[in-house]
Amino acid sequence: MSKLLEIEGVCSGYGDVKVLHDINLYVEEGEILSVVGANGAGKTTLMRTISGQLPTTAGEIRFMGEAVNHLPAYKIAERGIIQVPEGRRLFPYMTVHENLLIGSTMKHVRASREKNLQYIYQLLPRLKERERQVASTLSGGEQQMLAIGRALMENPRILMLDEPSLGLSPLLVSTVFELVQTIAKAGTTVLLVEQNVKQALKISSRAYVLENGVVAMNGPSSELIDNPYVKKAFLGL
Amino acid sequence: MSLMPSIINGASMGAIYRLIAMGLTLIFGTMRVTNFAHGAMLMLSMITAYSVWAATGINPYLLIVIIGPLMFFVGYATQLFLIRPVLKAESDKNDPIGVLLLTAGFSIVLENLALMIFGADYRMAQTDFSNTVFTFGRTSLSAPRLYGLIITLVVSALLWAFLQCTEPGRQLRATGQDRNTAALMGINSEQTFAVAFGISTALLAVAGLVLLPFYYVTPSVGNVFQTRAFIVVVLGGLGSVPGALVGGIIIGLIETVAAQFMTASVTSVLIYLVFLIVLFVKPSGLFGTPFH
Ligand SMILES: Nc1ncnc2c1ncn2[C@@H]1O[C@H](COP(=O)(O)OP(=O)(O)O)[C@@H](O)[C@H]1O
Ligand SMILES: [Mg+2]
Repeated sequence: MSKLLEIEGVCSGYGDVKVLHDINLYVEEGEILSVVGANGAGKTTLMRTISGQLPTTAGEIRFMGEAVNHLPAYKIAERGIIQVPEGRRLFPYMTVHENLLIGSTMKHVRASREKNLQYIYQLLPRLKERERQVASTLSGGEQQMLAIGRALMENPRILMLDEPSLGLSPLLVSTVFELVQTIAKAGTTVLLVEQNVKQALKISSRAYVLENGVVAMNGPSSELIDNPYVKKAFLGL
Repeated sequence: MSLMPSIINGASMGAIYRLIAMGLTLIFGTMRVTNFAHGAMLMLSMITAYSVWAATGINPYLLIVIIGPLMFFVGYATQLFLIRPVLKAESDKNDPIGVLLLTAGFSIVLENLALMIFGADYRMAQTDFSNTVFTFGRTSLSAPRLYGLIITLVVSALLWAFLQCTEPGRQLRATGQDRNTAALMGINSEQTFAVAFGISTALLAVAGLVLLPFYYVTPSVGNVFQTRAFIVVVLGGLGSVPGALVGGIIIGLIETVAAQFMTASVTSVLIYLVFLIVLFVKPSGLFGTPFH
């Protein structure tokens, strides 16, 4: 297995507010990697830093061996590092269809627009039914599906999902986790950020535990799920 | 006395205000920047158009093929070289005070440059149709105003189609709705801002050319239009294109219909009065969504 994304000694934050301290992390090609941690641990900050929405103040982020941490956000997306942001962040006044079309704005994904649309509408038939509906009128679950569909339109090499199960009913939560597995099986590498630690550990191969902006623990998910500290802090056991 | 001519004249002035207002709305809607140099750029396009017309005598409407791209380029370059560096340094990118001051300053620079080069004279492009009047039954209409109305409506429809149906139009709307998420789609917001600015000033080229055969050109000509356009934008709702549409017509109508019964200065007071009443009743404007 080769390392697709490598984060080495990265520090980042918001201006004077330092949030991430010396983060070391890698994602292997083809795996589902999860990053878990309590509210405020710095998970979203990590996503934003990888996507180029926040600058690194130290360290390096490499994608397929090349440093990408000085690129602007739109160029990082062009590399195929695609984020589904926390809270979906759909274009609220656009229809479902337009939101998907926006996903295939980049020149190199334009050619596969029709193919991707068909695939997504077949994978998520709810979206097809609501094709002409304005995004802000969708239910929470549908919005999350659309946010994921929009990201798939970008032909991700690595798909980074920031708390896709946030605010969803238990039934929809399992639907979302199944969807993530389906996407991974189809060959897309996934970086999954979650507060739903149990489910995340179940579907991922490895995991990192983030606490107050540092990596507190990492290892195979199957081991972490039995770790006494993880059990106590996150699984309520 | 029939009100019909003044209603149509009002609609045509209103359509021009609206076109100018749509340019403001486009910039505000995509970058959250209020361009206080909008009127000065209208003046720039009118003076340039006037000079080309005076030198060549070409029909002003045909000049769009020169002035349109030229003004697009001026807007594009203004965004890229003047506004972008200041916007980058802003701490709050959704409330860019520095950019506001910059555009206000730029407007003063443009106006004074025009005074220096063009002089303070009032000039008008006396085309062969400037004084033509069409008569329909008992109603008579000035030709340049009627042409202006038609051209403005066509251009507004084209702008709408551009925003709704084309790839760059969609990118522009996405950037306006959420620039950070647009970047996650691989959209370069700085590039998009420059395109928005270019289109905004290209719309001013159209407005300027339409005004040319029946309106005076002078370095301060932009001021009255800018004020009217601001009223139209705020009246209709910030960032709302349909709002700018209705707002423009309302202001144009008040102006010309009221002018039948009262002096110009009282008409201005009336416009501000309507403006204040609307804002009092609905602070977000007629079509605006409340800001949070
Ligand atoms: N825009 C911001 N400006 C300043 N501090 C922020 C901002 N966003 C988040 N933070 C701070 O960064 C820390 C980590 O936040 P975040 O990355 O959102 O955590 P998580 O996603 O794990 O819940 C928190 O202490 C939070 O208060
Ligand atoms: Mg978060």
